Amino acid sequence: MSIESLKCKECGTAYELGALYVCERCFGPLEVAYDFSDLDPVETRRRIQAGSQGIWRYADFLPFEGRPNDPLEPGLTPLVKADRLAERLGLDAELWIKNDAANPTHSFKDRVVAVAVAKAQELGFDTVACASTGNLANAVAAHAAAAGLDSYVFVPANLEEQKLLATGVYGTNLVGVRGNYDDVNRLCTQLAETHPWAFVNVNLRPYYAEGSKTLAYETVEQLGWELPDRVVVPIASGSLFTKLGRGFQEWLDVGLVSGSQPIFNGSQAEGCSPVATAFSEGWDVCKPQKPDTIAKSLAIGDPADGPYAIEHARATSGAVESVTDAEIRIGIKLLAETTGIFTETAGGVTVGVLRKLAERGEIASGERVVVYITGEGLKTLDATRDTFQMHEIDPDLESFEAEFRQEVAA
Amino acid sequence: MSITVKIPTQLRAATGGESEVEVSGATVGEVLDAVFEAYGDLRERITQDGDLRRFVNVYVSGEDIRFQQGLETAIEDGADVTILPAVAGG
Repeated sequence: MSIESLKCKECGTAYELGALYVCERCFGPLEVAYDFSDLDPVETRRRIQAGSQGIWRYADFLPFEGRPNDPLEPGLTPLVKADRLAERLGLDAELWIKNDAANPTHSFKDRVVAVAVAKAQELGFDTVACASTGNLANAVAAHAAAAGLDSYVFVPANLEEQKLLATGVYGTNLVGVRGNYDDVNRLCTQLAETHPWAFVNVNLRPYYAEGSKTLAYETVEQLGWELPDRVVVPIASGSLFTKLGRGFQEWLDVGLVSGSQPIFNGSQAEGCSPVATAFSEGWDVCKPQKPDTIAKSLAIGDPADGPYAIEHARATSGAVESVTDAEIRIGIKLLAETTGIFTETAGGVTVGVLRKLAERGEIASGERVVVYITGEGLKTLDATRDTFQMHEIDPDLESFEAEFRQEVAA
Repeated sequence: MSITVKIPTQLRAATGGESEVEVSGATVGEVLDAVFEAYGDLRERITQDGDLRRFVNVYVSGEDIRFQQGLETAIEDGADVTILPAVAGG
């Protein structure tokens, strides 16, 4: 395998492998280009299986010549069979939950940040930074701490308290910006011009985004080297969605798996649904929105990879759709009650869309479906407030029996 | 009318290294046309068939023009126009 260059996704212009992310000719996004032609599938599979218990087992498909030193390696999160959830939804399908909350900072962002921080070190940066809706902030602060780098983390100032606390603890420079995520992102795009820092999702974005491919590889490996028939995936910027597709495609091309791309169902919150709106309107570009949803981790009103997410949904006969805040809360509870997995609001969005697909009868009998849960419920506790009642009793038997008399008798 | 247009790093090869350009115009479209007149290479880099390319964001005093009237958005004297790549974030 060799990493060839950075290549513009729009016009194909090639650039050297530096801290670049924009094509100077057409302003399109840059992406890492590889040559996998000398990868033998049998030997590659053997190397993966003999590799580390995390994302670096897939180093052959990541933008490094060797395996970087990573003290906080994410990945190999559980793929859980969700029979009870399938039953509750009336599905006669093989339903799986990829629980990516089981990462070092409890979201899939550890994957992309591990790759970006390793690249930042390789390129000689001593400070990393990011524009974040919360999960990325946690991950950048933690991985910078583990690597001994300075960090600056920019978030909307009105973020969930849990996400602020779980970022500040790592000793980062936490900057709350009075504005929404798109304001934060614009500011960071400008700061990336004037500060010699590695902004993981700005000037290092081509490398950072590659980390999401590992979710596709793991899915295939955990399904016994087979592909799912359908995936249900949250969409914020659209990067995870498109890179999952690229991950599956690379393994199809190399011959590590056979079959075809799964159907891709993208999930957004109605209060921030630029990609779902563009998909249903038949547009090729997204019209930006001002977010207003409890799913703050998905609240990107101007999604950078929106056009590519729409293309991939169409190419796989999939769709992108949205759910309301009420449906998000139902989704969180449904997943928790049937699988024991407590997800944040983004997972509520994804399960919400799964529920809609099930209700409409779009999931065929025997279909193998993987639902991507990208973050942890403890980070968005407010979303579960007032969704259940606690029984409060005195510390004696009578009090308990009185409280539960009806249920015990029944 | 004097409007300051901020040029991102990735486009400065086309402006001879200039990071800011002073032009005049009553709308974003007029201002950009004035910039293209001064630096011809820029037109093809950020526009296609008369529209902005899909990964170009333009802000007037910090506000995305897509929330306003796009290229028709009116500009007051002394305002600044910022061109930025739309491929970051997430």
